[in-house]
Amino acid sequence: MAGEKLETVAVVEQPDKPAEIQIGRDFWPFFRKESKPKGNPATAFNLLSGVVVAFSILAIVYRLFAGLGSPVTNLSQLSPLGLWIGFYIMCGVAFAAGGAVVPFIVNVLGVKKYRPFLRVAVLNNLLTSFFCLVVIVLSFGRWWNIPNVFIGNGFGANSVMFIVLWVFLLTIVTAALQFRPAFAEWIGNTTSRKRAATVALGATVFGITLSVLQQTGVGALLTMAKGKIHPLWYSEMLPVLFFVSSIYAGISLLIMVDAISEKVFSYQIDEEYRNSRFDVMMGFAKICGGVMFGFFALSLIVAQFEGDFAFVNSEMGYWWLLEIIGFVAIPGLMFAHGAQKKNMLTIQTAAVIAMVGILMNRYNSVFLAYNWDLPFAERYFPSALEWIVTLAVVFVQIWAFRWIVNRMPVMRKSPQWAEKFDRD
Amino acid sequence: MDRRTFLKIIGTGVAGATTGSLLMPVQSLAGESTKTKEFYGILVDTTRCIGCRRCEQACAEVNGLPVPDISEAANKQVFASPRRTTVTEYTVTNRYETEKGTIFVPQRCMHCNQPGCVASCPVKALEKKRAGHVIWHSNCIGCRLCMVSCPFDMPKFEYGRAVSNIQKCNLCWDRYKQGVLPACVEVCPTQALMAGTRRLVLEEGNRRIAANPGQYVDHIFGEYEVGGASHLYLSAVPFDQIGFRKDLGTIPYPEYSAGYLRAVPFIATLTPLFLLAVNAALKKGIEKSEPKTEEKHSGTGKH
Ligand code: SF4
Ligand code: SF4
Repeated sequence: MAGEKLETVAVVEQPDKPAEIQIGRDFWPFFRKESKPKGNPATAFNLLSGVVVAFSILAIVYRLFAGLGSPVTNLSQLSPLGLWIGFYIMCGVAFAAGGAVVPFIVNVLGVKKYRPFLRVAVLNNLLTSFFCLVVIVLSFGRWWNIPNVFIGNGFGANSVMFIVLWVFLLTIVTAALQFRPAFAEWIGNTTSRKRAATVALGATVFGITLSVLQQTGVGALLTMAKGKIHPLWYSEMLPVLFFVSSIYAGISLLIMVDAISEKVFSYQIDEEYRNSRFDVMMGFAKICGGVMFGFFALSLIVAQFEGDFAFVNSEMGYWWLLEIIGFVAIPGLMFAHGAQKKNMLTIQTAAVIAMVGILMNRYNSVFLAYNWDLPFAERYFPSALEWIVTLAVVFVQIWAFRWIVNRMPVMRKSPQWAEKFDRD
Repeated sequence: MDRRTFLKIIGTGVAGATTGSLLMPVQSLAGESTKTKEFYGILVDTTRCIGCRRCEQACAEVNGLPVPDISEAANKQVFASPRRTTVTEYTVTNRYETEKGTIFVPQRCMHCNQPGCVASCPVKALEKKRAGHVIWHSNCIGCRLCMVSCPFDMPKFEYGRAVSNIQKCNLCWDRYKQGVLPACVEVCPTQALMAGTRRLVLEEGNRRIAANPGQYVDHIFGEYEVGGASHLYLSAVPFDQIGFRKDLGTIPYPEYSAGYLRAVPFIATLTPLFLLAVNAALKKGIEKSEPKTEEKHSGTGKH
């Protein structure tokens, strides 16, 4: 999507006076007015994604009547976690981690420099958690029973999945609270904006806690697959490994979002954002470099401790080495180098490699290393429809992100009237 | 459970103390029959199994599944390669060629003492009965984590249906409640299957090993594997030759996720405390007060 003219708006009008839209009363007329596409909707990206999404909707309707079996998915009795649960959710959660890292830096540590990136990170976390729940509804075989988890029709409170599902729900609520200032500024509601500021620290702290639980939780989902996942990918430390790797995953995503926004949302990016951008990216690179070094060391220690080096000299072992060296150590060094030489391009390249590394790691954990000893014909490979629907969900998430960024002050500065409410 | 039943009876027994004291023992006795303190179990003596597949047939009949053809011709084909249980076959008998000749092994859910499937279920749709049976309930959400967490890959999911269930052996729970033997045990012509409390069948297994030196390997599969299970297997050859994993260990599978689960309360309480402490120490975060001006604002803002 880079370089694409998505919705070109020449000037962003910033009303000086809040419009004071009240949610119940005049929200819908306002919403209808705002819903109109800004700019030309007939772009190549929109057409392509539109086709994919339309096709996926048909596939999903078909899935509701025909179940999850082929041709919808390639799931089998020995590969119960498909692309949707295994991949979309594990990767989505990792990439949403910026929604905890940036609030931590800005609201807890109080480093104001990163402030312009706060709302982007929070919005991404909000959308990802929401779409993860959507994907969960798609991929759970008895989705109509999902409310059971929340209403207590059998509280399996001692199950990891129980905690993961609750945390998704709570994350949506918390991230919405964290994002409320932008929403209130959009509808120009001073009361709502003021209230949002009063819970900012609480929501931040709660949100970070949830994120820690979630990152470790998705790792813990796999801990009982002992004996099924190849020892190089399986570890009882999976929750910790997933948690640490999510930190650089989340930041790398923000670096990429920044690189892309610079092109597609340039009219939205205000002075403050533009000025702090370079510094912030260097800061991000330093964090990533450090965390990736730590993750590399941790992986080796865990492998040594669990005696996994015995498996290194095999096909799976080479693959593991490629992952840990090519997609952790090398981008980690690139981050460090880029931060030192202040080279933006190096950092952006490192971010892409790091993200590919995360995709690889999650893919390997749930698919490639899962029941790796099965004959090839019985191994799982996602079906075409699984890929298409996954792509469609990503597209819809991009649409939602774009729609919101084009309307609410996410990247651009808050309107004047709202500034007095931020007390930090 | 018994105490709750008891309290209920006391509560509803407003009619008089006599009624209450009369009902109570009856109730608890009735409860006792299905809630023994010991797990139920099945001893599977693979040296006695002749591969007739009558257990498969009986299982299909009592569970309303497609009844398999167990003629000799059919069996020949079926035994060509080892099978796994499916959504319509809760038990399968496989043939293995070993150092001691052909051995037949009926395989099904082990009904683990501490089942991974139960521990992974977010809605307790899988339940370990006090009598040892692991059964499935329809409040299941279909997340399939039980399949990931079962060391024996036993829960099977009906993918190709709009309303899909988890299917597996339930150790004939309904028959157990009526005091009837599991269908497979009842029909077995050679008594390769023997049902009883886990303690008794384990004793019987050990007795057979001791009484027939050289006939069995000195190991009962399911006694200690993954913390023990209700299905207990005797074999003449090492168990990896007849389709069992050797690397399962004796640690119950729920233990593997317990580390995380035990950490959850600590993460949930210590993380916020830590964050708030850091924030307070740096005194740079959002200041907590400024209440005076704020309240004035909200007062006027409400108009
Ligand atoms: S064998 Fe699997 S399905 Fe059966 S009780 Fe054990 S963990 Fe559950
Ligand atoms: S698929 Fe059903 S029975 Fe299995 S863990 Fe999920 S909710 Fe429980």
